[in-house]
Amino acid sequence: MSKKRSLILREVCNLIVPAVLLYAFYVQFHGDYGPGGGFQAGVIFAAAVILYALVYGREKTQQIFPASVVRYFISIGLLLYASVGVASLFMGGNYLDYNVLSHNPIHGQHLGIFLIELGVGITVAAVMIMIFYMLDEYASR
Amino acid sequence: MDINTIIDISLLTLLAITAVILLRLHNLLAVVLLSGIYSLLTAGLFVSLDAVDVAFTEAAVGAGLTTVLLLGAIAVTGREQSVTRHSRILPIAVTTITAAALIYGTLDMPKFADPNAPIHTHVAPRYIEKSGEEIGIPNIVTSVLASYRGYDTLGEVTVVFTAAIGVMLLLSGSRKSKSQNVKKNVDKNE
Repeated sequence: MSKKRSLILREVCNLIVPAVLLYAFYVQFHGDYGPGGGFQAGVIFAAAVILYALVYGREKTQQIFPASVVRYFISIGLLLYASVGVASLFMGGNYLDYNVLSHNPIHGQHLGIFLIELGVGITVAAVMIMIFYMLDEYASR
Repeated sequence: MDINTIIDISLLTLLAITAVILLRLHNLLAVVLLSGIYSLLTAGLFVSLDAVDVAFTEAAVGAGLTTVLLLGAIAVTGREQSVTRHSRILPIAVTTITAAALIYGTLDMPKFADPNAPIHTHVAPRYIEKSGEEIGIPNIVTSVLASYRGYDTLGEVTVVFTAAIGVMLLLSGSRKSKSQNVKKNVDKNE
């Protein structure tokens, strides 16, 4: 996949990828107010990275998102999610009970949902990018 | 006939046509692309049912990423489905009996959009009436998914995590040690 793609493909990719990345963040952080959330945002983020990799090749993409780093983010997202639960245990609530995370229950809920959605987004994006890297590497082996 | 019914009927018709074509194809490349279209049509149906969150996921995952990942899988394994020679009677019998059991099961289900159906009288009213005060965010789907059912979502993320570990283990081995069959298919296509 290292051969150079056509000019039109590269220019369209340059136009689309930043917009898709921005949209992924919008879906991630606006999920409380509109449709979307961590899962969709992670997939959209990964889609942008994969589009870039399809056009510019895996080697160039891995200069920005190295496989060794992406691999850690698979666990970081899940750990973030689970540690929100542990944090609420330590602050006197049940596991994943966000009410106790802040001075009032509503703020606690907001904070908890924000963090766990972020965890979901990180894990899903990292998983999708990693699966694509592995498939591409396997196919070119 | 109002516009919603027309949209529903046309989407379902296209869905049925896509499914039948999918069954008859042997070229896996076309199968993957048609599955993407199938997912997109399903997403359209979810939108018409006002389930935008689900539609969003279906469009992004089913029509978008899965298609790319399956194309990647085809690049590794080969484009043509191997022809099966054994008898079709047993598969047809199993499918017919299962389908009949499933359709018989639907006879006991509440009618579509019945407000007295168990699913609408159990916890749903509580979510709709109280989530605004208890969670304080406008999207009830996010409230249910992230807070009321946070433990389930943790399980789902764990499933995604485990799947990724499985794929990484499967694909990280040396290619030469894989079965001859896979290698033969790839050689044929190159």
